[in-house]
Amino acid sequence: MSEMLSGAEMLVRALQDEGAEYLFGYPGGAALHIYDAIFKQQKVEHILVRHEQAATHMADGYARATGKPGVVLVTSGPGATNAITGIATAYMDSTPIIVISGQVPKAQIGTDAFQETDMVGVSRPVVKHSFLIKDCAEIPRTVKTAFHIATTGRPGPVVIDVPKDTTDPAVAAPYEYPRSISLRSYKPATRGNGRQIRKAAQALLEAKRPVIYSGGGVVQSDGGPALKALAQRLGAPVTNTLMGLGGFPGDDPQFVGMLGMHGTYEANMAMHHADLIFAVGARFDDRVTNHPAKFCPDARIVHVDVDPASISKIIPAHIPIVGDAANVLQELNAVLEAEMAKNPALPDAEACKAWWGRIDEWRAAHGLHHAMPPSTNGVILPQQVIQSLYRATDGDAYVTSDVGQHQMFAAQYYKFPVGRRWINSGGLGTMGFGLPAAMGVQFACPKATVACVTGEGSFMMNMQELSTCLQYGLPIKVVCLNNQALGMVKQWQDMQYGGRLSHSTYSDSLPDFKTVAEAFGHVGFRIDNPADLDAAMDESFGPRLKNRLVFVDVWVDPDEHVYPMAIKGGSMRDMYLNKITNSQQGDYM
Amino acid sequence: MKRRTLAVLLENEAGALSRVIGLFAQRNYNIETLTVAPTEDATLSRVTITTEGSDKKIEQITKHLNRLIEVVRVLDLHESAHIEREMMFVKIRAEGPARAEVKRTCDIFRGQIVDVTASAYTVQLTGASDKLDAFLRAIDQAAVVEVVRSGVSGISRGEKVLSA
Repeated sequence: MSEMLSGAEMLVRALQDEGAEYLFGYPGGAALHIYDAIFKQQKVEHILVRHEQAATHMADGYARATGKPGVVLVTSGPGATNAITGIATAYMDSTPIIVISGQVPKAQIGTDAFQETDMVGVSRPVVKHSFLIKDCAEIPRTVKTAFHIATTGRPGPVVIDVPKDTTDPAVAAPYEYPRSISLRSYKPATRGNGRQIRKAAQALLEAKRPVIYSGGGVVQSDGGPALKALAQRLGAPVTNTLMGLGGFPGDDPQFVGMLGMHGTYEANMAMHHADLIFAVGARFDDRVTNHPAKFCPDARIVHVDVDPASISKIIPAHIPIVGDAANVLQELNAVLEAEMAKNPALPDAEACKAWWGRIDEWRAAHGLHHAMPPSTNGVILPQQVIQSLYRATDGDAYVTSDVGQHQMFAAQYYKFPVGRRWINSGGLGTMGFGLPAAMGVQFACPKATVACVTGEGSFMMNMQELSTCLQYGLPIKVVCLNNQALGMVKQWQDMQYGGRLSHSTYSDSLPDFKTVAEAFGHVGFRIDNPADLDAAMDESFGPRLKNRLVFVDVWVDPDEHVYPMAIKGGSMRDMYLNKITNSQQGDYM
Repeated sequence: MKRRTLAVLLENEAGALSRVIGLFAQRNYNIETLTVAPTEDATLSRVTITTEGSDKKIEQITKHLNRLIEVVRVLDLHESAHIEREMMFVKIRAEGPARAEVKRTCDIFRGQIVDVTASAYTVQLTGASDKLDAFLRAIDQAAVVEVVRSGVSGISRGEKVLSA
């Protein structure tokens, strides 16, 4: 006979049965039965946050670092609505999180009860799926289904809204956790179509100027090794999207850097001149393609994605393949190996050499080092901070970021060796993501070095979590590129609005972050001299402060811009290269 | 721009329809008509949506509908021969000499007068949407008091079946 449990106990037991390690949450009236059930067990560790938005980002950071779903528990009303930004962030970047929200008792739904919000309705556009529990007996199957949906196919957030009466400790029902779940309406593809894969192999072998364009899907499916094998087999250049960094080793000679709006000159030029684009786990985001009508005029497109709706959404694919990125890459490798054994003349070695010749010229002419003028006026350049961080961590840290210039500098200058190391809000662009995401990563990987690259603007959106960091002893290193302004907004205003800095500065009212860190019980440094940068970075990541959270407030050049930058409405080869030149002024080569 | 009719089999669950409708609003697609009712299998609802868009847009709508967890099957009825019908009630002022004219027009369109007062007829008419449009054009516009249309329902011809 199965055990009789209350709804609250079932919920917690189901999380145990799913193997959830952590529950990031914040209590409140509608969730209190559940909190009581949490109190009576030890298996799932609850982490008390300071704001529900941060709980969702922590779960998200945990999920991105491990591939396992992160779990959140919030109360009804404001608890639920505070979670929305984090849910939308996870939705845009396709990460698996489960958000359990308390709800007013069923009898009160629709009566404008205290702390009532239609959570299923409010979250609907930003979830992969959602459930409203009607009866406690539904809980085990619903939790199982929620985890199944969140983690399979294109992953995404799932909300379970739980009315308080369904968790009533006085009402029990038999508990049995389903071993597996099968839904007639949800059967995500995993393996790609064999004929399409053979077509893609043929196209790759015949290409003279191929580019491999890989995105977050490769990271999420842990397809990095298969991607590396493919790239080596073909000798083709590889570019990563912002979400895809680490999917291919950042220090590999075949890596041409990130592509897109702030991608490298060589990556964007290679894309524009390619005769074949092999897109895998990427979705031709507007921050990549620039104007779709001018995108890669000579290229045939192979597009591999687990989500059929992403294929041919922006750029029509000549060879679409629906499937898990890692699976398709493995099968493609097998087909290529067989084809190349049959026909050793493919791929064309001469064409490959000529193609790399052009790429090397682009790299030499305007590679990233050209975007960074030497610092002569005693001011720290933000790019130098990332280079110093890369050096101090041996390139081996988990790096989370917030949103803005610092995010782009980190993406450009930190060379990620493997996937899941670079954790940022790419799709939604959520300021305030960095610190809580770093906390989720540190919970997932207690021994790892976790750095949060942030700006003073983003950091102030979730800095209350410094308190949570103290409570749980999280030794995160926060590296703040402090330019005393909303840097990316300021950059756009400098470039497109005649330098009218409408509401993007606040330099006369910034707190002293060193003191802020100390007030929260942590260690703070303030660095404004280039000569002190490396030493401070070494100290922060060194053995003495290994177990402490360190906030490194680095004052950087407030007037620096991120380059290259796509010229709006152009093709991928149209870029501003620095404050005075753009790619349209010279030869395109 | 083409007018298309999509047949959607949906889990007959609370909130499922709101996801379908929400999708159209979120992605800036247009719903022209919408009908929904349970099928012979009470766990399934069948939704018929007419919309307008290029082939590319219809492909996107179909893919995004399929992405919804509760959507079991989606069929663009225009892919093959199919039948579409819509039902309409029209309340028409019918007094004096116009009364006979309304009756004659109704007969021509094989409509039925389902309610009568001294001053009005209520006409029931079934057919393809353009037939209903034609009837409304044939009637004196000033005499039309109220129009209620059911929206389009559709089914494939022949052996083709949309089932779970």
